[in-house]
Amino acid sequence: MESRTLRALLHDMLLARAFEERAAEEYTRGNIAGFLHLYPGEEAVAVGVLHAAEPSDYIVSTYREHVHALVRGIPPGVLMAELFGRKDGCSGGLGGSMHLFDRERRFMGGYAIVGETFPVAAGIGYAVAMRQLPEAVICFFGDGAVNQGTFHEALNMTALWQLPVLFVCENNRYQIGTEIHRHSAVAEVYKRACGYRIPAHRVDGMDVLAVHEATQAALAEIRGGNGPQFLEFETYRFRGHSMADPGLYRSKVEVQSFEQEDPITVAIAETVPAYPSQEQIAAAGPDSIARLSEHLNDAGHLSTDQLEAMKAEIGRIVEQAVEFAANSPEPTMADAVAALECNRGTEVLI
Amino acid sequence: MAGEVLYWQALNRALDAELAADDAVFVLGEDVGLYGGSYRVTEGLYARYGEWRLRDTPISEGGFTGLGVGAALVGMRPVVEIMTINFALLALDAIINMAAKIPFMSGGQFPMPLVVRMPGGVAKQLAAQHSQRLEQTLMNVPGLRIAVPATPQDAWWQLRQAIRSDEPIILLEHELLYFSKGPLDETAEAPPMHRASCRRAGPDLTIVAYSRMVDLSLRAAARLAEQGIEAEVIDLRSLRPVDWDTCAESLKRTHRLLVVEEDSRFAGAGAEIVAGLTERCFFDLDAAPERVAGRELPIAFNASLEAASIPRPSDIVAAGKKLCAR
Repeated sequence: MESRTLRALLHDMLLARAFEERAAEEYTRGNIAGFLHLYPGEEAVAVGVLHAAEPSDYIVSTYREHVHALVRGIPPGVLMAELFGRKDGCSGGLGGSMHLFDRERRFMGGYAIVGETFPVAAGIGYAVAMRQLPEAVICFFGDGAVNQGTFHEALNMTALWQLPVLFVCENNRYQIGTEIHRHSAVAEVYKRACGYRIPAHRVDGMDVLAVHEATQAALAEIRGGNGPQFLEFETYRFRGHSMADPGLYRSKVEVQSFEQEDPITVAIAETVPAYPSQEQIAAAGPDSIARLSEHLNDAGHLSTDQLEAMKAEIGRIVEQAVEFAANSPEPTMADAVAALECNRGTEVLI
Repeated sequence: MAGEVLYWQALNRALDAELAADDAVFVLGEDVGLYGGSYRVTEGLYARYGEWRLRDTPISEGGFTGLGVGAALVGMRPVVEIMTINFALLALDAIINMAAKIPFMSGGQFPMPLVVRMPGGVAKQLAAQHSQRLEQTLMNVPGLRIAVPATPQDAWWQLRQAIRSDEPIILLEHELLYFSKGPLDETAEAPPMHRASCRRAGPDLTIVAYSRMVDLSLRAAARLAEQGIEAEVIDLRSLRPVDWDTCAESLKRTHRLLVVEEDSRFAGAGAEIVAGLTERCFFDLDAAPERVAGRELPIAFNASLEAASIPRPSDIVAAGKKLCAR
């Protein structure tokens, strides 16, 4: 993989983590209200999948979608403004955390009723197939959503009509507070897709490179005209279901064991070699500096200093996002009515 | 110019005209393609436009209505046929939570040129689960528009207008109207989609009705006339929005209001119409408004009980006489 891509993956994962942790802080400060579903632990999925997508692809997501939106390119300030319920938010402050939309970036929405993403993605896929365009629709959902009727209805229709939809299951093992073995007769989610003749794979969702590679392969199949594809990413959310959930149904041991697999730690290990510090290198003599520099440049890895610089820059980005959100005005009732009637144009109703 | 056609034929011609006019229009639903539609509404169109534009779907109302929503988001003009309104209960999430809300909750970014057609109402001995009336449920959803064509001419106009609109629109048809006949002038200019229409003029009372109840009200008005009461009959043509002005103008002349609905009485469509007109016309009214509505019962299979569960012309006549005696 190119070093540029590697660095970009790591950057977006770090940004995602920082953005979400800051959102949690702003929630406790009272700047964000309502339901707030956070993504820490699952970053490798959004980042790996969306870096493999084209700008012309469509994204359909759930209520845990801040990071999908962020990686898709919605500016952090615009996103944070939406979480704050402000006019400059990507949905004008009318959607909120669970309903992020961006038409320009083909971010087709966050849907807060579990199972809604399936038919929406199928419909966009139908339009793409009908127009014979080389676009794909990426449909995110959790392990809990696969027990809704719409999951089966949409898998059947996309397979029947060979629609260009990539189903992406973020299997974090819990539907809110119920562990997968207590909510699913078949806990290997990908196996369900086989019932509809949809090629399906289970992938380590804590490894961004594995996610990226699997997504590229699946999208290539879709663009090759081979119909829908299905990927199950095994992942874990470090926090509760939402800010209202302390997550008491999970054992500490389980949470800790997954925290050891933190996808960001994994990604850093893959991009930043555990080389000695500058002081240690200097102490070892000039030859080793030259050798190490050469290695870093050749392999495109990131130095520890560069990593720290990246983190600092991300800190500034998130700070600016909060500032932008805090300074954005509230939407007015006139804005709300205008949104409701946005498609009326010059039509006279009565 | 104006020939006589059946209601389903008017809908069929409207679909044909719009499919021909715009490649973005496609129809989907159970048996709409090869079979030609349970009520023949899509007859002949599959052969003309092919399977992608006349899509036979699995029996998955929630799934294919939601598919229509997704397609509308990217500029297609889906016309979803739900075989009967009874199955629409399975599609209410797509209609209410998605179609009606996405343009709003996206801050006004997305079009929703979705049409959902379905026959609602009581037909002939189809029993409780196939005799649903859902107008009150759909009327309570901001962001939705509801048209209720009662004649072939309105079916032709309102379906074409619905397909051309960028807003989500429900077309409530009626199983007993599909084979009713009426004039159709394809060249006449359409009134605005939601404007009410005065079907009969009269100075003594105003009967406000919609869908199949318009025909029953006209029959009742003829019988009332024999007894010296001349009723004005207004066909609402739309349940959301409601053309209050046309109704209010009539009430300024007649001073008496009778609302006829097939829906059950409690919290039904008539409740909103009476409330809305009372708020607007309280001082014009000479008597408390009356409602003739469906009984508070699921519809029985037995034919006599079924007939007695929804308004009959005799019920309308009785209510009209009572109202005018005050």
